[in-house]
Amino acid sequence: MVRKLLTGNSAAAWGARLAEVNYVPAFPITPQTEIIEMLAEWFARGEMHGKFVTFDSEHSMLTAAGAAAATGVRTFTATSSQGLLYAVEALYTISGWRVPLVLVNVSRALAAPITLGPDHNDVLATRDSGFVQLHCETCQEVLDTVLMAFRIAEDPRVCLPVLVNLDGFYLSFTREGVEIPDAEQTRDFVGPFAAKQPVFRATTPLAQGVAVLDGSTYSFFRYQVHRAMQNAMHAYAQASTDFAQRFGRYWGATEAYCLDDADFVLAMAGSFATKGKAAVDRWRRQGHRVGLLRLRMIRPQPFAELVAALSDRRAVGVIDQNLSPGLGGILFQELAGVAARMPSPPGIMCSFIGGLGGKDIGQAEFDHVLEELETARPDQLRAEPELLFTRRDWERTEAQLGQAGTSPEKVTV
Amino acid sequence: MKVPREYYKSLKDLPREESLTPGSPLCAGCGGLATLRLFHKVLGENVVIVNAAGCMTLMAVYPYTPLRSSWLYTNMASAAAGAQGVRDALDILRAQRRLSPHEDLKVLVLAGDGATYDMGLSSTSAAIHRGLDFWYLCYDNEAYGNTGFQTSPASPLGSQTSTSPLGTVELKKDIFEIWRAHQPPYVATICAHDPVDLAEKVHRSLRFVGPKLFLALAVCPPGWGFEPELGDELARLAIETGVWPLKEAVHGEVRHTYVPNRFRPVEDYLRPQHRFRHLFEPARRDDLLNQIQNNVDAYWRNVKAAKEAYVAATVTTS
Repeated sequence: MVRKLLTGNSAAAWGARLAEVNYVPAFPITPQTEIIEMLAEWFARGEMHGKFVTFDSEHSMLTAAGAAAATGVRTFTATSSQGLLYAVEALYTISGWRVPLVLVNVSRALAAPITLGPDHNDVLATRDSGFVQLHCETCQEVLDTVLMAFRIAEDPRVCLPVLVNLDGFYLSFTREGVEIPDAEQTRDFVGPFAAKQPVFRATTPLAQGVAVLDGSTYSFFRYQVHRAMQNAMHAYAQASTDFAQRFGRYWGATEAYCLDDADFVLAMAGSFATKGKAAVDRWRRQGHRVGLLRLRMIRPQPFAELVAALSDRRAVGVIDQNLSPGLGGILFQELAGVAARMPSPPGIMCSFIGGLGGKDIGQAEFDHVLEELETARPDQLRAEPELLFTRRDWERTEAQLGQAGTSPEKVTV
Repeated sequence: MKVPREYYKSLKDLPREESLTPGSPLCAGCGGLATLRLFHKVLGENVVIVNAAGCMTLMAVYPYTPLRSSWLYTNMASAAAGAQGVRDALDILRAQRRLSPHEDLKVLVLAGDGATYDMGLSSTSAAIHRGLDFWYLCYDNEAYGNTGFQTSPASPLGSQTSTSPLGTVELKKDIFEIWRAHQPPYVATICAHDPVDLAEKVHRSLRFVGPKLFLALAVCPPGWGFEPELGDELARLAIETGVWPLKEAVHGEVRHTYVPNRFRPVEDYLRPQHRFRHLFEPARRDDLLNQIQNNVDAYWRNVKAAKEAYVAATVTTS
């Protein structure tokens, strides 16, 4: 084991290397490039074995990744943002093939307008694709989660692809101290690759992904993906427990931060949870009973853990770094769906939209969210999400619009 | 004029083994299916067919498949990328001695003209560029056939489709030359009407490592509008009128494997097809008919000129 300063991207690359993947199809996109550059280098130097191949697009890249996994080779790939969306068709195809592989997405907001900063609209656009989806907060977590992801994907009860998400820039290019486990230890944890699903061999012809024109049979197969996803919950529990025993770090499906006695709960995903935890610490020091629920596993939805985390809270505020125009926050809707099915739901649920396109969520914004939670009344109708947008954000925007020869009043609908 | 044949000299020489068994939900008289049957005979067994969305998607409908070989349905745009993933995985397993040679497979992309000429071009271009060791068979029925015969870039000038009710105004895209520009070891056009020429070309391709690309004229009774029993006659007319040249390019060098001694007028090929009927009824469209004939004539004039230039150059240098 060595401890090094690693970016989130290098941590992802190290995860793939330690999992001893044999096939990496690649296509570059900011901010994912560092991952594939490192892997290309390692393959070139003979430190990784198999093949690194560049493709013409993410759509091709993911198709090749799925096809290689369907032929029985451990496969890893990575993308971001526009690239992930360009590959969406292939994602549904691969999950239908029931093949294991690991895809890292480095979150970046979507065009238009085109930008580089992160938010979660890219990754959440794939939440229904049949990929297991795990969101990371720290660089260490990225490395560890990639290793765990192979265990889950290759579990015979699962046989599904896994997506591991990290935030662009805030995590992809931030260096943190990361423990790089020994290769023997990780080899032991991940295990040798032996395909659990049928693969292409000359003596055992196989028709994969054939047309199913009967609705009943189609429903059966698609529901199998759902059931495999539920099995992924068990596979995840085993993998995380085993990982903790071997490496001393436990990564649950959710993370409960100061939740035990918390009346007021922030719920969020990704690297900005670090900022949320800092806010919880500050408020705790002033005697407030606040806590944070970090959503790590988005698919399968860890329903039981969410019920336990949300039960009997006075108020829960979900901070979504995404926007479904005409609806609001996507994760808020997911948690509201859980609350609607539990016996003692939170008294109040509030929806906040923040951190779009890499916009920071500052101390003042967290303070505002926690104040809102403490003062919210159950008899209020909250039809709209609240956009976290400070006076400074407004002034900045106004200045840019001014330079473009217009004003917020003129372009606001 | 036929070029000398080295391996398959007559129909009797074709393999008796069938890789494609009878019974499939495809249309009666499907030229694509006839092509695949012949193609597969010569390619041999131990094949994984990587399919792009198109007519042939309906060949394997759960729980049936007429194929003895393996099948992977990918997406419309990325069959060649799927082929790359399969080939790479097999190569990795072979190199690591995790796959015995008798378990290895040939990889064949099967795609219609829609996937080939349109959205699959990017992934195919990339696969050829990387020198992927695979076969590519495009069954060209000159439109998006599976969805009800809408215009594709393979639709010939003047042909009526369900999205060009007045006839296609663009010229057919020259995918053969686009492929050839990538410098693959082998490119060929084929037609099920000439099984010996087809078999000979598939056989010739077996010796090359890298992309081996085939463009097959696939007669389409429902799309073109003719009775299925006329399919072979139409394919013959496509060749004899010069509309469908039979040729190959080995490492970029083109040669025509059959040149009609006397070209039939293109009208003979167009007239029996419903998709060209509007060129004859209610009023004869001499403008378009002449243009189609002139285009075919110009093609063959160029072929002749290129050949004469080649001969002249050879004589000079020798």
